[in-house]
Amino acid sequence: MARIDSEYFRDERSSDFTVIGTAVQRSDVLGHVTGRTEFMEDRTFPNLAHLKIHRSAHHHALITDVDYSEALKVPGVLRVITYKDVPENWYGVLRLIGIGPDDEPVLAEDRVLYKGEPIVAVVADSEAAALEGASKVKVTYTELPAVLDVEEAMLPETPVIKRAGTNYFVYEGHHARRIRFGDVEAGFAEADHIFEYRYSSAPIEHAPTETTGCIVVPQPGGRLLIHSNTQAAFFTLDNTALTLKRPFTDLQVKGGTVGGGFGGKVDVMVEPLACIAATMTNRPVKFVYTREEEMQVSSPRAAERIYIKDGVMNDGRIVARKIMLYVDAGAYARHSPYGATKAAAHLPGPYTIPNVYADCHCVYTNRTPSSAMRGFGVTIADFAIESQMDQVARALHIDPLEFRLRNAYRDGDVKAHRKVASGTALIEVIQSTAALVGHELPEEYRAMSSSTPRGAGA
Amino acid sequence: MPVRIVNLKVNGVDQAFMAKPETTLLLALREQLGLTGAKRGCAQGACGSCTVLLDGAPVVSCLVPAATVDGSAVATVEGLADGQELSDVQQAFIDGFATQCGFCTPGMIMSAEALLARNPDPTADEVNEAISGNVCRCTGYAPIVSAILDAARRRRDRAGQEATR
Repeated sequence: MARIDSEYFRDERSSDFTVIGTAVQRSDVLGHVTGRTEFMEDRTFPNLAHLKIHRSAHHHALITDVDYSEALKVPGVLRVITYKDVPENWYGVLRLIGIGPDDEPVLAEDRVLYKGEPIVAVVADSEAAALEGASKVKVTYTELPAVLDVEEAMLPETPVIKRAGTNYFVYEGHHARRIRFGDVEAGFAEADHIFEYRYSSAPIEHAPTETTGCIVVPQPGGRLLIHSNTQAAFFTLDNTALTLKRPFTDLQVKGGTVGGGFGGKVDVMVEPLACIAATMTNRPVKFVYTREEEMQVSSPRAAERIYIKDGVMNDGRIVARKIMLYVDAGAYARHSPYGATKAAAHLPGPYTIPNVYADCHCVYTNRTPSSAMRGFGVTIADFAIESQMDQVARALHIDPLEFRLRNAYRDGDVKAHRKVASGTALIEVIQSTAALVGHELPEEYRAMSSSTPRGAGA
Repeated sequence: MPVRIVNLKVNGVDQAFMAKPETTLLLALREQLGLTGAKRGCAQGACGSCTVLLDGAPVVSCLVPAATVDGSAVATVEGLADGQELSDVQQAFIDGFATQCGFCTPGMIMSAEALLARNPDPTADEVNEAISGNVCRCTGYAPIVSAILDAARRRRDRAGQEATR
């Protein structure tokens, strides 16, 4: 194992650890290597029914008719579920922490906002019959123009696709999560150089090897036992109860064994419908995404577009930074309003810049809804910020590490969020990294320290 | 093709079950024989989570119609350990911290067992090739490859000890 450099923290903790520094086996490993770990789908139940979905064929359309008569004729099909069968059809997963409005239907009502949106659920004796039944549902649409670009979605002339009236999430009355610190225009005016670059990323699918799913088993006393591979058991429990309009105590979630999640299993996509189907049929019901569904309709990491404009002095000090950031939430909010807030919290990066202006937009389009994934909001922002640092450094013929060291935040600096920085270590991390890779730094930069106030040293 | 009775020797035990034409070996193992070690990740032969050994050769069992392999011998992850004693590959996966979520692990181990059965001293490249059909989305490939090379060493050491005994 690589040596852990704890020098920087030498005053903060003792080193007589009993676990840190030793190899501790994970508690589930014996089950993993013997094939005995019980994943959600490894349970079988007598009389198990299966649920599959008929999904939207269009990015944006009005639904003029839904005809499921042919689905009901498929041998083995038990029930068809439409939005009328969902006790509280509108939801938003973040309602649990007071974030609204509830903007997403469990099953589509009069319109669809993305290709693959669920419209009708079919419950059958076998998976094959459920799939065949779902394929026999006939939906008639009137297609509407699709909004597929975040900046286009923000334009006044673009049709509004959301019933709340805006193509963006509203943060306390504002069009974006905003940062206003200093006077960014004055900073640009005083700067020796202006650099502006655009960064963009595509959606990224988690593609867990185990697809999203659950098995719901009606219990003798009337409760529903939910075997789920959710990453967020209590989020699932509470959101499902709200959708079912049943007390939380009616539900029990058994989970914790997840065959790959990466943030892709924190939305509540399968449990409410499986619960409704289990209640209707009084049978255990399995609803597991096919690989195609996992790739097409499970929420990916949001695509982002980020513009960064910097005002920089000849000596390499960044005196102003303006960021326009767009998170493509797709058709529904899910966790994206939180993601855009996290992006704002991360700006302008670990650098002390006296003038900062940022608008982080959570934008709705007719794309697959995006949601959580490994540091969502932060990861792509970091890609943009650090790419910007490299580009500006090269344009000014400054060493990229020296450029970062010159602007690195230090203990006591006031950040753009008006918080005083403490426990900073960027300078030491860069110095250590440079030494490890043999990147020579001039004495002035080697002498810098996070705990030395700016201006006192370099 | 009608429903038919399929006979298989699974982990050394004779088994018989009814199979429809569309019953895959994977579903027969999981749903009829209760052997859920092999996983369904994609149902299209792309992820390798369902890998078992069919007459010694690794196959993606989600693409094998059960009725076509009547009379064959099948080995699954459940059959590797001898009581409490794990196979060298299983033990090397534990000692090398080669599991994360665990979903790919059974398939990965079966591909490794197949490799070591035909090549007791593989190179890292040969290990990479042998598990090229097994997706680990947690992306823990480096410890997996190390564990398989470690298992090969353990098997050779054991064979050497037995030869000198």
